[in-house]
Amino acid sequence: MTKNAYLPSSVEILKVTKQTNIDYTFRIASDITPKSGQFLELSIPRVGEAPISISDFGEGYLDMTIRKVGKVTDEIFNLKAGDKLFVRGPYGNGFPVDSYKGKHLIISAGGTGLAPVKSIINYFYNHMDEIDGMDLLIGFKSPDDVLFKDEIEKWKEKINVILTVDKAEEDWTGNVGLITKYIDELDIKDKENTEVIVVGPPIMMKFSTIAFSKKDIRDEQIWVSFERKMSCGIGKCGHCKIDETYVCLEGPVFNYTKGKTLMD
Amino acid sequence: MGFKFDKKKFNKVLDDLSQEYDIYGPVRKAGKGKFSDTDVIGYGKISDVEEIVLNEKSYFSPKEVIYPIRETLFYFTEDEVKVPNITEKKIIVFLRPCDINGVKRLDTMFLKNGNEEDFYYKRLREKVKFFMIECTEGFDTCFCVSMGSNKTEDYDVAFRFTEDEIIVDIKDEMFTKEFKSHGEEIDFKPEYIEENKVKVNIPDPEKVTNEVFENDVWKEYASRCIGCGRCNTSCITCSCFTMQDVYYDDNKNVGERRRVWASCQVDGFTDMAGGHSFRRNQGDRMRFKTMHKINDFYKRFGYHMCVGCGRCDDVCPEYISFSKCINKIDEIVKEGEKND
Repeated sequence: MTKNAYLPSSVEILKVTKQTNIDYTFRIASDITPKSGQFLELSIPRVGEAPISISDFGEGYLDMTIRKVGKVTDEIFNLKAGDKLFVRGPYGNGFPVDSYKGKHLIISAGGTGLAPVKSIINYFYNHMDEIDGMDLLIGFKSPDDVLFKDEIEKWKEKINVILTVDKAEEDWTGNVGLITKYIDELDIKDKENTEVIVVGPPIMMKFSTIAFSKKDIRDEQIWVSFERKMSCGIGKCGHCKIDETYVCLEGPVFNYTKGKTLMD
Repeated sequence: MGFKFDKKKFNKVLDDLSQEYDIYGPVRKAGKGKFSDTDVIGYGKISDVEEIVLNEKSYFSPKEVIYPIRETLFYFTEDEVKVPNITEKKIIVFLRPCDINGVKRLDTMFLKNGNEEDFYYKRLREKVKFFMIECTEGFDTCFCVSMGSNKTEDYDVAFRFTEDEIIVDIKDEMFTKEFKSHGEEIDFKPEYIEENKVKVNIPDPEKVTNEVFENDVWKEYASRCIGCGRCNTSCITCSCFTMQDVYYDDNKNVGERRRVWASCQVDGFTDMAGGHSFRRNQGDRMRFKTMHKINDFYKRFGYHMCVGCGRCDDVCPEYISFSKCINKIDEIVKEGEKND
């Protein structure tokens, strides 16, 4: 008998952490051991199902940082620790984290795009000896939108973190400006031995990859993660298809040599 | 093994088969047409050979028999889910060679794309036997010969319907008993259509570049297509769906998750929470659909998705012709080659 891949299982919410007014991190009890960059189909019966990227994971738990932007996520925000959610997955390919070992890693993340790469940052933060340093560029719309504030402070101990916001009031002492401005200013020493990850809204990814190309980073060295409507997660529903590629199967992570050829 | 019957005797065969099978065929649905007092030919259960409509192409394909328009995946109560049972009976479908080839494409999508087989498709598909209607004339918009889907050996029983006789070729010996007891043995092999009125030239997938994607040809469809999605719902090979949750009015904790057919031409197909979407323009959607049917699917599986049944041409309220579109793209690709 074929396994029924559409059946979700019920999981308990362990903790809800408020990141911003519209972004909460939900920690669920789970034995799933995903790869960084994979996603789950998360659902509330009677409301619906949505693909959500896994922002972090550990022994017995998974974190998902969710923005309140739609029918399903609106409902999820009413839940608290002890409540149940339904999940199935993990789906997608994830980042080839092992291939970054020994290299210099640059991560450029915009807004909620930080969520799917957070587990990579945390992994190398705890294993700095496995890479040749890391630059982390993070862009948000405004200071109120900054995610993972405590962890960003922690990362600064070992990682070159550049946090910027598009716009801020006068009391903000940090960087202001688009992430591409800080990519331009970045001093990449050993270009050959560098890998770059770019994740964020489509427009941010487009201009960030161009900015890295201008700095002589080859397409093969750049990794992007796509966000698409993924109704099934298993290559059947057709919503995430681009050309002959299914984002839920061959993605959501693509080497830029492939990513740049995909035309919606 | 071949047999022939008169209609009366053939109905006895159908009667015998109906003990074990639900039998579907193209039937006339009176008053269900687009305009008042018009009929539509669609798939439905049959018990009498006279019900099978042979002189008109069915508006809808037989795909709904194995891939329902709306299908309950499971019911939920509190934190439990329950998968609905399906009919105990097996299924017979009367269909033409193009549609048998179309189901092969559905099989590929649901059973071979990705690592998982589709549970719901598979459990219905395993019940299905193909009763092929011999098709040697086709209809005005058919272009199955160009698509190479005019022939198939993949039938369980093949049928020639004449004015007063039904002649069959049995491939699946499971059926020999039912047919033998009412029929007269003869030699028969089905014939296939060798030429359609409409022909298409499919551009070589190796030569379809991103320039074709950006060509102005799609702008014509941007102004003509109204995004009704009829081309998708009538297509034997369109398989996209969307998940949908519903709850019951009297108890909000109880409900079901369904999947429903989706259309890449209709608004919302790519909409994501937060407002991002792709292909807002109907021309881009036409390009997406066309490329899937004659390019993308081929690159993944080595043969084309479109089977040339021509239903999309039959049903389009804007008279957009898919076969003409394919030929236009072929000309653009050939023109591009010349200029290189």
